[in-house]
Amino acid sequence: MKLNKSLILLGVVVVAGLAFIMSSEKASEKVAGVADDKKMKVGFVYLTTPGDHGWTYAHEVGRQDVIAHFGDKVETTYIENVPEGPDATRVIRDLAKQGNDIIFTTSFGYMDPTLKIAAEFPEIKFDHVTGYKRAPNMATGNIRFYEGRYVQGVVAGLMTKSNKIGYIASFPIPEVIQGINAFGLGLRSVNKDAEVSVIWVNTWYDPVKEADAAKVHIAEGADILAQHTDSPAMLQTAEKAGVYGFGQSSDMKAFAPKAQLFSSVNNWGPYYISQIQALMDGSWTTGDGPDHWAGNTWAGMADDFLVLTPFENMPSDVATAAQKAADDVKSGVNKIFTGPIRDNTGAEKVPAGKTLSDGELFTTLDYYVEGVIGKIPG
Amino acid sequence: MDALALTVVLTSVPLILAATGELIAEKSGVLNLGVEGMMLMGAVAAFAVTSLSGNPYFGIFSGALAGGITGGVFAVFALGLATNQVATGLALTIFGSGLSGLMGAPYVGGTIEGLSILAIPFLSELPVFGDLFFKLDPLAYFSIFMLGTVGFFLNTTRAGLILRAVGNNHDSAHALGYSVLQVRCGAVVFGGIMAGLAGAYLPLVLTPHWSEGMTAGRGWIALALVVFASWMPSRILIGALLFGGITIMQLAGQARGWEMPSQFLSMLPYLATIAVLVLISRNRNFALMRAPAHLGRIFIGTK
Repeated sequence: MKLNKSLILLGVVVVAGLAFIMSSEKASEKVAGVADDKKMKVGFVYLTTPGDHGWTYAHEVGRQDVIAHFGDKVETTYIENVPEGPDATRVIRDLAKQGNDIIFTTSFGYMDPTLKIAAEFPEIKFDHVTGYKRAPNMATGNIRFYEGRYVQGVVAGLMTKSNKIGYIASFPIPEVIQGINAFGLGLRSVNKDAEVSVIWVNTWYDPVKEADAAKVHIAEGADILAQHTDSPAMLQTAEKAGVYGFGQSSDMKAFAPKAQLFSSVNNWGPYYISQIQALMDGSWTTGDGPDHWAGNTWAGMADDFLVLTPFENMPSDVATAAQKAADDVKSGVNKIFTGPIRDNTGAEKVPAGKTLSDGELFTTLDYYVEGVIGKIPG
Repeated sequence: MDALALTVVLTSVPLILAATGELIAEKSGVLNLGVEGMMLMGAVAAFAVTSLSGNPYFGIFSGALAGGITGGVFAVFALGLATNQVATGLALTIFGSGLSGLMGAPYVGGTIEGLSILAIPFLSELPVFGDLFFKLDPLAYFSIFMLGTVGFFLNTTRAGLILRAVGNNHDSAHALGYSVLQVRCGAVVFGGIMAGLAGAYLPLVLTPHWSEGMTAGRGWIALALVVFASWMPSRILIGALLFGGITIMQLAGQARGWEMPSQFLSMLPYLATIAVLVLISRNRNFALMRAPAHLGRIFIGTK
């Protein structure tokens, strides 16, 4: 019995040792080729492991773009799987202590931790993505995700046969509601009979629940699905059931080659590159403009912050209409949230000719537009 | 309506599998909180092997194997080295999430051809019930089969009686000459195998891809189901279907535009669990009689 126990312990020690060697090898890869003071050091904080689809993957692609663009002039570090909360504060402080010149924190929930550490390290620049709080050394950046959703609405309106669209939403925050309403406006611009029903799953990521929501939508008669959650489960369900859908954050064609109409891809590269370039030039600011409620940088398709994958699995006339809608949004001819906009009870919310400002997109959208069924929860 | 009901059934299968395994472990007196970790190990193994071999049945086997091994790790610590079961179980969940993420990293973004449906001749022709219960995948049939087998095993066999004896009073069982640790070890590994199968069900049937943490808390629900079922196999079936039913109902309610806060609807399955727990605990003696008396207690055999 005694011998057994020591054997077991020995086994544990060996396994732990191997794991340690493996992990330290990985770490040394990351710091290879350091210690050049002329290099700009850039830190990234990731919510999950990047994988190869979804939110964090899009940020990882942005980091790769930074490396490709600046080459030897920058040195990047990233920390993955950082929970939003006290842990984030610790991780961001570590990155600051390691001498990074600029640190990008890539999820909404890092807002207050970033703000806190920004106050502790006034000489370091911080760039928070998708939040709205700023400091003299903390800028914010965001993507006009809703532009892609407008085009999705147009495609859905032209493609649907049942006139029922299923939408899977995460949490009722401004970004998500902008997306639903932009989708509804796009839908109704081409199809007055189609309706969107929204299922809130109250999670960004739960593949089984997202698949369940997709199945429910399909059972209720929806033949086009859209999502504002992170996993490819909805598209896979659509593929299996023979209906169509749109991918999220990154190209999800591999998961659903027959079902994906297109994906709106978050392209953070240009933002990261311009911010780093500005810091090198000494022109980095937090740019508090009057109409920049959402952040000092809020760009969309016009600046390639949001990129649509090729239109597929649809007839050519639909693809042409989709391209036209995308071009109009891109060129600014169509600002999407331009009146007349009615809510789903028929009340006029935005008069004809008026376009909602960036600030109003965040503060006044407390209703669903025409074509979206139900009521915003909470 | 049929399609909705079928979704309920499919959502329940992994819960039934994992809860059945945990039921046996708990009946032998071991509280293994590592179900979530064992499920994740099963899920990643099943996905990896299926994507390499192209055969989902190899996936099922390796999912079970991975779950069993992970359960074995728990047995080594909690039984062999007599560590605290609660702490070891929690550690197992964290360990399983991490290791499955590491092992699964090369497979993120891939997709597989999952398990296909195995319609049972004649029975699948039945109206309504045919589609719901006899046109499923093999693992779904297996989950019901195992539930029945476990019920039979516990209530009518001598081995089942020994297992319950070990869970109810390990000192007496030990004094009678039963090997408490061997019985418990077997029960824990069985629990691991079942949790591994439950995990395998996710990539093989529900969403044919792998991503880190894809079980999203279902292991914990399986744990709650065992208590909910007051350690009776038949009630696991009812509990899992109830839980799946309410989950799907709240999604369908939203799709139909019911004007209720979705946060409240998301709470419903858990509220129902608590409500049933209160109901079944009303008769204190009954609840006490059902619960394994030595659940979670450490056993150190005398030499």
